[in-house]
Amino acid sequence: MSTTERIPLLELRHGSKYFGNIVALKDINISIHAGEVMCLLGDNGAGKSTLIKIFAGVHHQSEGQLSVEGKEVRFSSPRDALDCGIATVYQDLAMIPLMSISRNFFLGSEPCCGRWPLKRFDHQFANHKVREELSKMGIDIRDPAQPVGTLSGGERQSVAIARAVYFGAKVLILDEPTAALGVKQAGTVLRYIAQARARGLGVIFITHNPHHAYPVGDRFTVLKRGRQLGTWAKAELEREEMISMMSGAAELEQLSAELERVTTNSV
Amino acid sequence: MSEPTVPPAQDERLVQRSFLTRLLNRPELGAVAGTFVVWGLFALVAGGRGFLSLRGAATYLEVGAELGILAVAVSLLMIGGEFDLSIGSIIGVAGMTITVLSVYFHWPLWLAIFMALLLALAIGYFNGWMVMRTKLPSFIITLATLFIFRGATIGVTRLLTGRTQIGGLAKTTGYASAKAIFSSDLVIGNAKFAVSIFWWLLLVVIGAYLLRQTQFGNWIFGVGGSQVAARQVGVPVRKVKIMLFMMTAAAAWLLATIQAVTFTGSDTLRGTGAEFEAIIAAVIGGNLLTGGYGSVIGAAFGALIFGIVKQGIVFAGVDADWFQVFMGFMLLIAVLINNIIRQKAAETRR
Repeated sequence: MSTTERIPLLELRHGSKYFGNIVALKDINISIHAGEVMCLLGDNGAGKSTLIKIFAGVHHQSEGQLSVEGKEVRFSSPRDALDCGIATVYQDLAMIPLMSISRNFFLGSEPCCGRWPLKRFDHQFANHKVREELSKMGIDIRDPAQPVGTLSGGERQSVAIARAVYFGAKVLILDEPTAALGVKQAGTVLRYIAQARARGLGVIFITHNPHHAYPVGDRFTVLKRGRQLGTWAKAELEREEMISMMSGAAELEQLSAELERVTTNSV
Repeated sequence: MSEPTVPPAQDERLVQRSFLTRLLNRPELGAVAGTFVVWGLFALVAGGRGFLSLRGAATYLEVGAELGILAVAVSLLMIGGEFDLSIGSIIGVAGMTITVLSVYFHWPLWLAIFMALLLALAIGYFNGWMVMRTKLPSFIITLATLFIFRGATIGVTRLLTGRTQIGGLAKTTGYASAKAIFSSDLVIGNAKFAVSIFWWLLLVVIGAYLLRQTQFGNWIFGVGGSQVAARQVGVPVRKVKIMLFMMTAAAAWLLATIQAVTFTGSDTLRGTGAEFEAIIAAVIGGNLLTGGYGSVIGAAFGALIFGIVKQGIVFAGVDADWFQVFMGFMLLIAVLINNIIRQKAAETRR
C-alpha cells in the first residue's frame, strides 16, 4: 500500500503528553489514511487511551502537531473533533442504556423540523433513518424506540459505529470495541469495521487482542509504556511476532499496571 | 456478505409486545394509576362531605397546582441527573424580594416581581455553575445553598425591616394587574378555580413538550443518562444542566409570586420543605432518582396525588397530621412499583 504519497486523514507528529511530571506519551508519530484500518496495540498503561483522547479532543497534546488532512488543528472539545469528522466510539460509554435506540443515535445531532418556538425533534425521521442506516450495516433491529439497554453488547457497539458512519465520520476511533464481547459478537463488530473501511473511512482500532487485530488490520502500531515500539504494515509483520511483542515479559506488565494507576489518577 | 435488505416496518419479533406492555413501559403509569386509586378512596370515604363537589375539586387542584408548578421543573432537573434542594429557600428569597422592594422601598410591584425573577435566575445559575465547577453532587451544593439563602432571607429582611413577616402588598402600585395574572379565580358553578391551576397546566404542557419533542429534551435525557457519553457526542452538558437549575429557580419564583400576591405579603419561612414535596411528586411520577428516565406528566400526577391526599384527609375528617404518614407510604410504594416497571422495561427482549 502506498501510504506515503497520500495526505493522511489524521496525523500526529512528535506527539507527547505529560500529566504533571508523568510522561503518558513520548514522541509518537502516527497517521491514518482513508480506507485503512490502523490497529493500536499495547498493554494496559501503554498510553493507548491517552493517545485516542488527543485525537478525540478530550486532551490536548503537550508537544507535537496534530493535523487533519494536512492542516494543523487544535481541538478544544470533543465537538471540535467531531466537526472535523473524527468520531470516537468508547468501549462502555458508547450508548445510554435507558434511552431509545433512535434517541441515542441522534443524541447531540438531533434532526429537527418546524420553526422556533415549535421546532421539534423529528421522531418519525429519526426512527425511519435509524432502521435504514442499521440495515445498511446489516444490523436488523426490532424497534428503534426500544431502550438501548435491551441490546446485546455487540449490537450496542455496532449501533455506535453505524452512528459515527452516518454522521459523516472520516476517521473512526474504536476503543476496545471487542474487549467485553464473546467470540461471535466480536466477529460481528469486526465485520462492521471491515464495512466501515470499505466505505472509505480510516479506522483506528484499539485492542489488546491480537487475534482480533490481525485479521482486520492493515497497519499496526505497538505502544509500550508511553513510547512507540514501531508501526508495521501487515506484510512486514507475522502474527506470532506481533503476539510476542504485545505479550512482553511479566515484570513489564507489572510496571505498566503501576504506571496506569498513576496516570489514571491524574486524568 | 449478502446484500442487506430493508426489513419490513412491522418486524415479526415485535408482535408479542401488546398494547398493555407498551402502556406498562410508560414511566407515568404508576402515578396515573395511583391518582385513580387515591381519588377513588377519598370519593368513597369523603364523597358525601364535599370531596366530590366542584369546590372539593377546586381545593385539591389548587394544592396540587402549587406543588405541580415546582414538580415540572424539578422532574426535568431530576431526569437531567441533578437535585435542587434549594428551591424552598428560593421561594423565600423571591417572595421576600417582591414584598420588601414594593412595600418597604415603594417600587412598582411589577418591577419588584421582575427583580425577584432575575435574582432567582441568578441563584439557579449559581447552583448549576457550582455543581459543574466543583463536580460535587448537586445534593450537597444545593443543601448548602438552601441554608445560605434561607438564612440570608431572614437576616437581610430583619436587618432592613426589623420583622420576618411583611404585609401590605395590596396597596402597592400595580397590585390589581398582578392579582389578575397571579391570583385571580375562574368561577365554574359554585366553585372558584385558582389561576395557579392554569399556570400549572400550561407549564406541564410546555415541560412535557420540551422533554419529549425537542432537541433540548433529548439532551436532558442524555446528560442524565450518562454525562460522559453525552459530552462525547457533543451535547453541551454544562449549559444544559445550568439551564435546568435556572428553570427550577424560575418555577420557585413563579410560586413565590403567586403566594405573595395571594397572601398580600411574605413570610421569610415560606416554601420550607417544598423541595422535598417536589421531589416526592417527581418520584411518584416515575422519575428515576439517578436521572436519565422519567416524565413531566408523571410528576404532574404525582403533584395531583399530593393535592388529593392533603385535601381529601381534611374532607374525610381525619386529623391532617396523618397526611405526612400517608405521603411517606405513597413514596415508598411508588418507588417499589417504579423499580418493578423499570426492570420490565429494561428486560432484554432478545
